Amino acid sequence: MNNMNITDIVNPANLVYKKNSVLNDLPMHYCPGCSHGVVHKLLGDIIEELNIQEQTIGVAPVGCAVFAYKYLDIDWQQAAHGRAPALATAIKRLLPDRYVFTYQGDGDLAAIGTAETLHACNRGENIVIIYINNGIYGMTGGQMAPTTLLGMKSTTSPKGRMYERDGNPLDMPKLLAELDGVCYVTRQAVHTVGAVKKCRRAIKKAFEYSALNKGTSIVEVVSTCNSGWKMTPDFANRWMVENMFSKYPLGDIKDTIQA
Amino acid sequence: MRKGSEEIMLMKGNEAIAHAAIRCGCDGYFGYPITPQSEVMETLMELEPWNTTGMVVLQAESEVASINMVYGAAGCGKKVMTSSSSPGVSLMQEGISYMAGAELPGVIVNVMRGGPGLGTIQPSQADYFQAVKGGGHGDYKMPTLAPASVQEMADLTVLAFDLAFKYLTPTMLLADGIIGQMMEKVVLPPYQPRLTEDEIRAKYPWATLGKPHGKKPNHITSLELLSEDMENLNKRLQARYRTLEKEEVRFEEIACEDADYVFVAFGISARVCQKAVEIARSEGIKAGLLRPITLYPFPVEKIKELSNRVKGFTVIELSAGQMVEDVRLAVNGKVPVEFYGRMGGVVPSPNEAFNALKEKLIQ
Amino acid sequence: MAKLIGSIKVDIQKCKGCDLCVIACPLDVIALSKDANSKGYNFAHMINPDACNGCSACAEVCPEASITVYRVRV
Ligand SMILES: Cc1ncc(C[n+]2csc(CCOP(=O)(O)OP(=O)(O)O)c2C)c(N)n1
Repeated sequence: MNNMNITDIVNPANLVYKKNSVLNDLPMHYCPGCSHGVVHKLLGDIIEELNIQEQTIGVAPVGCAVFAYKYLDIDWQQAAHGRAPALATAIKRLLPDRYVFTYQGDGDLAAIGTAETLHACNRGENIVIIYINNGIYGMTGGQMAPTTLLGMKSTTSPKGRMYERDGNPLDMPKLLAELDGVCYVTRQAVHTVGAVKKCRRAIKKAFEYSALNKGTSIVEVVSTCNSGWKMTPDFANRWMVENMFSKYPLGDIKDTIQA
Repeated sequence: MRKGSEEIMLMKGNEAIAHAAIRCGCDGYFGYPITPQSEVMETLMELEPWNTTGMVVLQAESEVASINMVYGAAGCGKKVMTSSSSPGVSLMQEGISYMAGAELPGVIVNVMRGGPGLGTIQPSQADYFQAVKGGGHGDYKMPTLAPASVQEMADLTVLAFDLAFKYLTPTMLLADGIIGQMMEKVVLPPYQPRLTEDEIRAKYPWATLGKPHGKKPNHITSLELLSEDMENLNKRLQARYRTLEKEEVRFEEIACEDADYVFVAFGISARVCQKAVEIARSEGIKAGLLRPITLYPFPVEKIKELSNRVKGFTVIELSAGQMVEDVRLAVNGKVPVEFYGRMGGVVPSPNEAFNALKEKLIQ
Repeated sequence: MAKLIGSIKVDIQKCKGCDLCVIACPLDVIALSKDANSKGYNFAHMINPDACNGCSACAEVCPEASITVYRVRV
């Protein structure tokens, strides 16, 4: 029926998907299959689509994403562990017409940086918070995080997290959604094509909302850490679906702008 | 230095800092209340500079947040500051170290109170070590200015910003509770406009204001994973510190020309010693006072020079003896260096200082 | 009826062989190569190119952004 060969198809005229131009060509340092890479890519997609590369300032955390600034060609600041929302607050206050976002892990946002996160949200800073919840401290080698599930193993809970000793997993988005300063809270994932597309829409919405001066927008991405979890990327995805989503269900938690 | 026609005002040292900051074109203040310096933020909130110069003033949730807000704004090339007192400044040490590592300018005011711990709200100078020896982690130094009057609270606020931007470093104004709280006459510095964004881009091309089209992005970071790169960053910092030590030493000498004995003291202690010099002179003892204005860089050469012609030094501090170690290093055993200090918020009288000199050095 | 035919191009030096594209592909077009790239990863490549319809599922889930997708309607 067709006698096209690959060289006929691989032609700029037929292009349907290519890496955005905000993400540069530097190989990322993440482990194979790491969700961070997908979320970086989505951020680049949105910054390109909204044409805000020159107006966007990112704040990188301490955690696996500490080098986020190397991969997305925008201005970046690298914060001390947990302090990204304080940096972002000041940047946005002094440059109110810029798009300012933080990119944080669950240890960064939900443990050491809880106060900075909560108060930036309570003040309704017009920033975007991208929050990678992989249930673990990835960078330091897989220790227990505030988000680690009960029974989930980590290097500091080798027999599994125990409520009696370690308390319960912390659902920060649910908590932050209670604050009047917060206009948008959503929980997404990037384990399937559908999830990636939804997550892209959510990040886009968060950036658009941050320009409306209606408060803080938070996108949690429930993610895998296949190295830390000691699983293959595919198995980690399935483990996440089976175990993480019941504690951290996907979907919008709050949207005061669309509502 | 100041024209007689300039308006003389009466205010507290802490208030003078706030006025001076607005006038010198400060872009932002981030702070958290603590005695004895809460008037800095209170004055700013009263003056509402956001309506005049556009300066942002924000009460943060903690000193940890304040210093990180300073980091964020400084990373955008903005002229920003925070103020606190001892316990709060302890909380800021991580942020100060990050600023030093990321080569960010900013002003931190410490109106010291007595410690350790929650301590007392009374004046102290016991954070000297923390300020000049690097209170946070890593090999860094922080220019540290010690005002001894309300006038200097204003003047040195302006100078602190100048040094911070000249040397791309966090810079400290190290005052004490008395200088912060006492009221004196002051002539405020002239108004300087805040820099526009174009001016910031031209002067500080490293600032993260949003990446202009066709330009490389800017990164504010203190992270270098390769040892060689990290050593090079350290070398750059150290070279800058050497320049600071050569170019920026400031001190005041009172009656040192013919002095046999010299007090060394800063801040409120220097005011006490100034009176002690008068008492000594009235009793026929040729005393003088060396008042370091920059605690880092320390007036090492000046002290060396004095040690060739005086019989001894008496160091007076509101602490168990911190600056005295730097005086001893500079004197290097040539003549005796004695110390007298009070702690926990007690301020010695001029007579106590004089007696310390007489008893420890002369008798 | 119009038919979609597609093809992908993998930046094999960037590919870390995580296998996620292989699993995401609804038409079993992709597999990991037996060959490795300069970093030692068995990179993804098309084993069944005729089946590709250019749906971009592989590229969407790729953490390295190393897949480019082309599609023609015939
Ligand atoms: C003050 C401080 N404490 C501890 C650390 C060590 N540390 C680095 S990253 C990290 C955890 C990061 O975990 P998370 O935020 O979940 O991000 P991930 O690495 O999983 O992406 C810790 C504890 C640090 N750098 N600074």
